[in-house]
Amino acid sequence: MEEKAVAFHWRAFRERYGLVGSKCELCGRYFFPGRVICPACRRKGKMSEHRFSGKGSVYSFTVVRTPPTGFEIFIPYLMAIVELEEGARVVSQLVDCKPEEVQIGMSVEACFRKIREQNKSGLVLYGFKFRPVK
Amino acid sequence: MKAPKRDIAIIGVGTTKYGEHWNYSLKDLITEAGIRALEDAKISGNDIELIVGGSMSSGMFVGQEHTGALFADYMGLNPKPAIRTEAACASSSVALRVGCMAIASGMHDCVAIGGAEKMTDVYGSQATTALAGAMDRDNEAYFGLTFPGVYAMMAKRHMHQYGTTREQLSLVAVKNHSNAMHNPYAQYHRKISVDDVMRSPLVADPLRLLDCSPIADGAACIIIVPAESARKYTDTPIYIRASVQASDTLGMYMRHDITTINANIQAAKLAYQMAGVKPAGIDVAEVHDCFTINEIISCEDLGFCKKGAGGKMVQEGETQIGSRIPVNTSGGLKAKGHPVGATGAGQIVELVKQLRGDAGKRQVDGAETALAHNVGGSGSTVAIHILSRNRGKVC
Repeated sequence: MEEKAVAFHWRAFRERYGLVGSKCELCGRYFFPGRVICPACRRKGKMSEHRFSGKGSVYSFTVVRTPPTGFEIFIPYLMAIVELEEGARVVSQLVDCKPEEVQIGMSVEACFRKIREQNKSGLVLYGFKFRPVK
Repeated sequence: MKAPKRDIAIIGVGTTKYGEHWNYSLKDLITEAGIRALEDAKISGNDIELIVGGSMSSGMFVGQEHTGALFADYMGLNPKPAIRTEAACASSSVALRVGCMAIASGMHDCVAIGGAEKMTDVYGSQATTALAGAMDRDNEAYFGLTFPGVYAMMAKRHMHQYGTTREQLSLVAVKNHSNAMHNPYAQYHRKISVDDVMRSPLVADPLRLLDCSPIADGAACIIIVPAESARKYTDTPIYIRASVQASDTLGMYMRHDITTINANIQAAKLAYQMAGVKPAGIDVAEVHDCFTINEIISCEDLGFCKKGAGGKMVQEGETQIGSRIPVNTSGGLKAKGHPVGATGAGQIVELVKQLRGDAGKRQVDGAETALAHNVGGSGSTVAIHILSRNRGKVC
């Protein structure tokens, strides 16, 4: 189904551009993306906004070779679950490295990149990717 | 969760062959499976009081939603009420559970459970996109993650933590292709070797094409009634001793440990409790092998072996027909095929045949109790059913 050539609700997702999540002041857990209610403490919890440092390590990874629509020009591309140093995890592409250079536990940092183009008009979707700490 | 107020029995099952059905529509598929189930149960459409049908993404695959009404209409069952259930690849197991609730509550006495998907009308990238809808769209799929990618990361981590080998993954596919040779309804009738798996192209490292279940068209149907009236219809009713469902985070990345599926653990615990059996009491199981790694992870979570020993269990042949715990006698999702909305109901069809002793060359001798395990997405939904030839205790 063809997407419209205009920005969607995602333009308001702060977490996508600045790694903004939340922390529960009661139990100390970090969440990405941010949550309004702490799943452990529920209404007793006290959530506050937290901007992650962007540093973390690779928890697991793969190389995607069969892409979904819109990612055809990128294949093969690296995808990882990154564990941020505060403890929360994110899914992200890994860039600026080759598949054979990646290992579980490798140190990485966030960078700001183009994710794909929405619609044939070329509207660019941005977000974070991670790269090795050199 | 409480035990159902009435026991439930399966009196009829039917399925289409799974595969690339270029000449059949979604309607044709569900009609064929439905008619086979009615004939198997030796009842007429007039006996059906409710239809519950699972389909994952008929809108994206063939542009058709409202499949509850479609199922009722094309099975010739208007004006009977019809419900569509959607829980990704667990859609029709959830349909069965909704049907069980309808009977257990006393509201209905005969329910048709359906599942159907028509996936081969779209290009591969479109199918990949539709299936990716089962993960967290904003936080996983947005960045280009695919379902093979999800399970590849689970595999990578399982190999890292437990030393599971690439060969052990391959052996799951080899076993399931071998079982499918004897299933006339399976998509593939082709034996494969470990070398064949290793020569197939990488889809998402370390998973190769032959680690992945295929895109397929197909439908399956089950007829259920209260246990007390089952003998009116058949001499071999199969009883549903447990019907359980559990949820976990939509995004796999949020889980503490991706080498296990918490919804598996939770659903299995409740299911064994409801049925009054232990894992060692299961004679045959259909386990959700959408990717080879999932059969390994889920066999561990279901208690068929210790955590981390799933690869070794496959390697030692313990999951083959004739061995300790035969898994995926039908060929599994891997070789029987995975028309996502039909898969859960299709697993039940296989197990009913096993428990009736009608499974031909793939029959597990003396099978009394069986377990069906169906996963939606990366484990965000898990549905488990335990079936038995014996009515047993009230479950």
